Amino acid sequence: MKTLKDVKVGDTVTVVKLHGEGALKRRIMDMGVTRGTEVFVRKVAPLGDPIEVTVRGYELSIRKGDAQNIEVG
Amino acid sequence: MDIKIALAGNPNSGKTTMFNDLTGSNQRVGNWPGVTVEKKEGRLKGRKDVIIQDLPGIYSLSPYTLEEVVSRTYLVNEHPDAIIDIVDGTNIERNLYLTTQLIELGIPVVIALNMVDLVRKNGDVIDLNKLGQALGCEVIATSALKGEGSKQAAERAAQLGAEHKAGQMPSVFNGSVEHAIAHIEESIQGKVSDQFLRWYAIKLFERDEKVIEELGLDKSLMSHIEEHIKDCEKEMDDDAESIITNQRYAYIAKVVQSAVRKKRSGTKLSTSDKIDRIVTNRILALPIFAAIMFVIYSIAMGSFPFSIGTMGTDWANDVLFGEWVPGLFDKLLIGAGDVLRVPEWLYALIQDGIVAGVGAVLGFVPQILVLCLLLSILEDIGYMARIAFIMDRIFRRFGLSGKSFIPLLVATGCGVPGIMSTRTIEQDRDRKMTIMTTGFIPCGAKIPIIGLFAGAIFNNSPWIATSAFFIGIAAVVISGIILKKFKAFAGEPAPFVMELPPYHAPSAGNVLRATWERGWSFIKRAGTVILISSIVLWFLQGYGNVNYGVEGAAFQFGAVDDNNHSLLRYIGDGIAWIFYPLGWIGDMAWKAAVATFTGLIAKEEVVNTFGVLYNYAGEVDLMDDSSPIWAAVRGDFGPITTYSFMIFNLLCAPCFAAMGAIKREMNNSKWTLAAIGWMCGFAYVAALITYQIGGLFTGEATFGIFTVIAFILLAGVIYLMVRKNSYKEDVIRLSGKHTANV
Repeated sequence: MKTLKDVKVGDTVTVVKLHGEGALKRRIMDMGVTRGTEVFVRKVAPLGDPIEVTVRGYELSIRKGDAQNIEVG
Repeated sequence: MDIKIALAGNPNSGKTTMFNDLTGSNQRVGNWPGVTVEKKEGRLKGRKDVIIQDLPGIYSLSPYTLEEVVSRTYLVNEHPDAIIDIVDGTNIERNLYLTTQLIELGIPVVIALNMVDLVRKNGDVIDLNKLGQALGCEVIATSALKGEGSKQAAERAAQLGAEHKAGQMPSVFNGSVEHAIAHIEESIQGKVSDQFLRWYAIKLFERDEKVIEELGLDKSLMSHIEEHIKDCEKEMDDDAESIITNQRYAYIAKVVQSAVRKKRSGTKLSTSDKIDRIVTNRILALPIFAAIMFVIYSIAMGSFPFSIGTMGTDWANDVLFGEWVPGLFDKLLIGAGDVLRVPEWLYALIQDGIVAGVGAVLGFVPQILVLCLLLSILEDIGYMARIAFIMDRIFRRFGLSGKSFIPLLVATGCGVPGIMSTRTIEQDRDRKMTIMTTGFIPCGAKIPIIGLFAGAIFNNSPWIATSAFFIGIAAVVISGIILKKFKAFAGEPAPFVMELPPYHAPSAGNVLRATWERGWSFIKRAGTVILISSIVLWFLQGYGNVNYGVEGAAFQFGAVDDNNHSLLRYIGDGIAWIFYPLGWIGDMAWKAAVATFTGLIAKEEVVNTFGVLYNYAGEVDLMDDSSPIWAAVRGDFGPITTYSFMIFNLLCAPCFAAMGAIKREMNNSKWTLAAIGWMCGFAYVAALITYQIGGLFTGEATFGIFTVIAFILLAGVIYLMVRKNSYKEDVIRLSGKHTANV
């Protein structure tokens, strides 16, 4: 399973599925990361975590640990 | 009848600007009851009958964050007459997501399509009519920053509110979901107000814990509803909550496609992107961050020619509260021929108690204002979010947020603005944890304590001050590691999914207003909590046994010149036993206890108290090595005792001003007590371990029952640090829902 965590900087991927449930999953979806959404991985923070992605036309920062729950293709 | 309008919208949508624009100076700022979330309310300019209620900036109406729960509770329970939904036109897809939830409430909604000037500048075109039709509400183009359209949106909302005319709700979801929702609506009809029928039905479909709990429907009805949900879930192969969220976004995508014509900017980078490329660059980000922090710190707290904060505070301490205010009271209270117009005790109460006590605290106001001003600017331009982005990795190990860096840094100057700057941390849990640990950092007022002992006992070794800072930082880190494993903190997961808004120029109005609000709340506190505690301490210090030390004489209450004879001395004697395990033994015990006590007014009082108790009046420079006080202190304090005293005073409950700030930010007496209790307990344990175990090595302490206790405590601390986190965040996130508790 390929997750958002494994995506290289500069790549664009499509969300396949969100794993987990509850607050975190809902929060990620509320921010617009839903099934079929295109996500562009923009950069990694200077200390290696979190990452910055572009989704639905705006910038979002997400921890790698959380990005692991986002399956992409 | 007043018309109530709620102002809702995403963070960074320009909501604050619009609120200020609509209400001007008619604002009331407070907190939502019992929580750390700020609440603002005001009346519409020129319309006394229209109340504008500003809701926290939110992305959704889910039950998971404090801000969202506060907002939805307000909307459902207080049902305002209308809602103005502020939508950032440059980020329309995500902003409309909240809109789709707001229109379900059956309250008239007016969309303020904000930042329309930027939309035009980008060359995008938004069809307001189409947008309004698709969402069942009116859309008005606004630019809060330029003052365009805000008033019109508010007037329209007021009109709709007076008529109670909500728009036609669109069918956002697909056939089978709408079908299930219709069934749920049918089965709860009559149990909830008709206005909120669709809202409750959708929430039940999402299995929203809070709503299920609130409605308390009987079992058979719930299982009937559950059947409909299960059918849907099966059909779509997804859980109900995800189905709803997905379909909302799908609907929005459709609406945006038909109503918005975007002029694709292609690969061209915006100015904001260019700034961000440098500011969060892998190599440059940390040096730039350090430089910005250094500049802010220097301007507010430093001692450079451009440090206006320090200059202001020095002026307030030396001139305003050093000469002018006391001089003014002298003029008022002393008549011709140096005769007092009031009793002597009243004069002393006013000058030595109130003016000196409150003045010492108000002296910090210039530094606080300068600091708040600079931080508001950072926040307004969007840099705060980047700080969290850059620093997150380090701080989350200690259960703190990337933004915790700012309070901790500021606290090296003064803990009060440090605690106040925790406001910028979004997650409630991180905010509370930061408030609890900020006071550990040695602030400016603790420096004289360090200076006194470094000089008196340790021959001015620079290592003492250095070690004091390390002790402070260690206390923050250890506390973080221990506390994050407790249920109160671990129980609420804090997903770090954060928007990085585009940079924009700060709005002078927003920045000045935010600065003034914070400064004023500090001044108000000085007038209450600090005033009272100053009076109490003045009394305890100035009154006591007039016959103290006179052989055979009975206790006679009265004013005393020598603090050694004051009530404080009796209190010191009375509580000194508490500090026995810390090595505060013998003649120094009560002095140390009293100094700790007076340190609650302001930490520099610890040193002043030593000056008084060792019989050297205030004029003697205690930092000066020619001062004979050093010899006297040296006679009483061994090196390890000194460390024990220093550690306790650096870490224990902060001054009254800082405790007031804790209370203000926690907005909850249980949490305030928990914070202060944690600090005192931590300080006590740290000092005890230091004295008992350290003293054993140097021979200052002897082996005894307290040595055993010290080892047990040490083992306990280590256990609490290394024990497995049974509430490991990942586990919580993956299992079960955790709703925010209000």
